[in-house]
Amino acid sequence: MSALASPDAAVPAMLEVAHLSMHFEGITAIDDVSFSARRGEITGIIGPNGAGKTTVFNCITGFYRPSVGRIALDHEGGRFLLERMEGFRIARDAGVARTFQNIRLFPRMTVLENLLVAQHVKLMRASVFSIAGLLGLPRFREAEAAAIEVARGWLDRLGLVKAADREAGTLAHGQQRKIEIARAMCSEPKLLCLDEPAAGLNPRETAELNRLLLDIREDYGVGILLIEHDMAVVMGISDRVVVLNYGAKISDGTPEEVRNDPAVIRAYLGEEGDPPETNSRGPSPGRGRP
Amino acid sequence: MDLGNRFGDDGIQWGAILKDAGLAALVALVLALLLFGVRLSDGGGGGLEFRPWWVVIAVAAVFAGRAAVALWIGTRKPASGTALPWFDRAVARLSEHKRLLFAAFFLAVAILPLLPVADRRMVDLATLVMIYVMLGWGLNIVVGLAGLLDLGYVAFYAVGAYSYTLLAIHFDLSFWVCLPLAGAIAALFGVLLGFPVLRLRGDYLAIVTLGFGEMTRIIIINWSSLTGGSEGITGIAVPTLFGLRFTPSPAAGETAFHQFFGIPFGGIHKLIFLFYIILILALLTHLFSERMRKLPMGRAWEALREDEIASRALGLNPVLVKLSAFGLGAMFAGFAGSFFATRQGFINPSSFTFIESAIILAIVVLGGMGSQVGVICAAIVLILLPELARDFAEFRMLLFGGAMVAIMVWRPRGLLAHRVPSVRLGQAPPGALRGGLP
Ligand SMILES: Nc1ncnc2c1ncn2[C@@H]1O[C@H](COP(=O)(O)OP(=O)(O)OP(=O)(O)O)[C@@H](O)[C@H]1O
Ligand SMILES: [Mg+2]
Repeated sequence: MSALASPDAAVPAMLEVAHLSMHFEGITAIDDVSFSARRGEITGIIGPNGAGKTTVFNCITGFYRPSVGRIALDHEGGRFLLERMEGFRIARDAGVARTFQNIRLFPRMTVLENLLVAQHVKLMRASVFSIAGLLGLPRFREAEAAAIEVARGWLDRLGLVKAADREAGTLAHGQQRKIEIARAMCSEPKLLCLDEPAAGLNPRETAELNRLLLDIREDYGVGILLIEHDMAVVMGISDRVVVLNYGAKISDGTPEEVRNDPAVIRAYLGEEGDPPETNSRGPSPGRGRP
Repeated sequence: MDLGNRFGDDGIQWGAILKDAGLAALVALVLALLLFGVRLSDGGGGGLEFRPWWVVIAVAAVFAGRAAVALWIGTRKPASGTALPWFDRAVARLSEHKRLLFAAFFLAVAILPLLPVADRRMVDLATLVMIYVMLGWGLNIVVGLAGLLDLGYVAFYAVGAYSYTLLAIHFDLSFWVCLPLAGAIAALFGVLLGFPVLRLRGDYLAIVTLGFGEMTRIIIINWSSLTGGSEGITGIAVPTLFGLRFTPSPAAGETAFHQFFGIPFGGIHKLIFLFYIILILALLTHLFSERMRKLPMGRAWEALREDEIASRALGLNPVLVKLSAFGLGAMFAGFAGSFFATRQGFINPSSFTFIESAIILAIVVLGGMGSQVGVICAAIVLILLPELARDFAEFRMLLFGGAMVAIMVWRPRGLLAHRVPSVRLGQAPPGALRGGLP
């Protein structure tokens, strides 16, 4: 676990979620949730099915506009109030990247193209709204070559260089999950939000994923928000864990604290029972919405 | 294939097939009773003649047909995606040499009018086909690349044609000045129309663009002070070749094309000239969209087509991406419209009806969305064949429908659905610079 893990460290929070609520007609999906996340840390978000985890992500990434609450992101690029920004601006300007619970690659584009789309913003600038690109100016060609190198670096790291020119939709499930993470990282985010990246992975792939996430944290110093059902993943690699149940936060702390929190044990297993740690294969991932 | 698998646990579900066929037969029964079950008898008196056999035959045919289709579909492996895998493989292999094929195609077409067999009708037909190829390529940007179903593309064609005509007639500008202006006006029009509708998706977008297409035509009809109403505008000049006019009797002090080259006047010269213009315009459209596909903007179009939510999560501004596709697509329609106006010499709203939009869309969809070669093939089939088979003009729509059904059954993604990647890692050795004009 990283040295930054202790909650009292002097590092200020990068993401500050305060009193977040989200109502859909009649349903309260999130109810007054507050938590924070630091850069260079993995913050796990766990909770039973329908607890509101994905909805929190959708609010942070601008897919939903929260009914109440504030989401502030602070880094050297500036201070952003995410609840007021459009989704694409949150990704482009505030530097928040995400993956989806049900993978959303561009299935008929190749893996390499997927990774290049993620570098759209800087390539678009280099192509001067396609004019430099149309003329084939060196300025653009260098930028494109650099972008391809970035993509190659990620494929190398994932051991998927061979799959670079294949249509993304034809890859195996586990490979698609990895590519989706790489694609998010190609957009050079400050905050990386992963929605159940281990869903559908076998134990070996899960172990590789853990390694990858820890490496990303070390090498890029990004903050990672990690929704996960697989307790082995969350408890194993998170620096802090936030537990949601029925839209409300019921616990927040180090994995150790959360594991021993009676409220968490109750939520997961009823009044008596084992701590969630033993329940290593949690409820199956949900479906539908982003 | 082993029979156990085919007829095993999840083998043929006879119950479902029979139920499905039964339902279809029921619908057929209702329709057949009304359509050919009863008939006013010829023998006066206005009595009704009942024809039970017709109904029986129709219902039986529908039942058997439906059951056969269900059986056939049910026994096919669903995983294979499109039918005719060998065809896909052949297309994939051919598209490795895409540039060569295109160069050969354009060269062959360029030589066509110079061949001794070329007569006026042939050159004229080739011009017509090229117009639709160009329109298809333009719409391909919108529908094939950006995935926006546009049923009103003809509106931009009309805007281009009218802008060109009005500019040429009122300001007395030459073709080469009016052409880019008309393209720009059409592009502007595309952006303006696109702005309110691009929030809509799929079917809704299709309906609204269809409405805009019809509105444009109706406005043109009613704004007669400017557009000449349904009469249209006549007297549009033919472009000149660096000031050389194509006329048998040039004005005093003017040299006509045939005089300059010292050849006898031929009506075909003008047609060949027009043909080369559209060929160059089409070539430009092709080069442009092929080049765009390899640029960030083009990749953003395709990404948006594939998954709008994921695109937004990567920082792509959907409005900008869609408007750029819409505007650029409209621009090429504007160019094509200008050419159309100058070729015809007159324009009126009846050239810009919904059926034109439908034909252009059919060319794109049948050819294979996003496929440049597919557009050529489909344009030849849908434009050339009906023109050649004029005697069967009544069957034109039947042919159209038949082709659509066949494609949807055998190749739901279009004739040439193969997609060539815009970039390959294999072709980009570490540190190497790629790119340049195609
Ligand atoms: N767009 C929506 N409209 C209506 N209700 C919604 C919407 N999105 C989420 N909800 C509701 O909000 C609640 C929380 O859903 P959410 O997807 O956030 O749960 P989750 O914790 O991600 O669950 P899972 O583990 O199944 O992914 C659910 O009751 C869900 O039905
Ligand atoms: Mg979820």
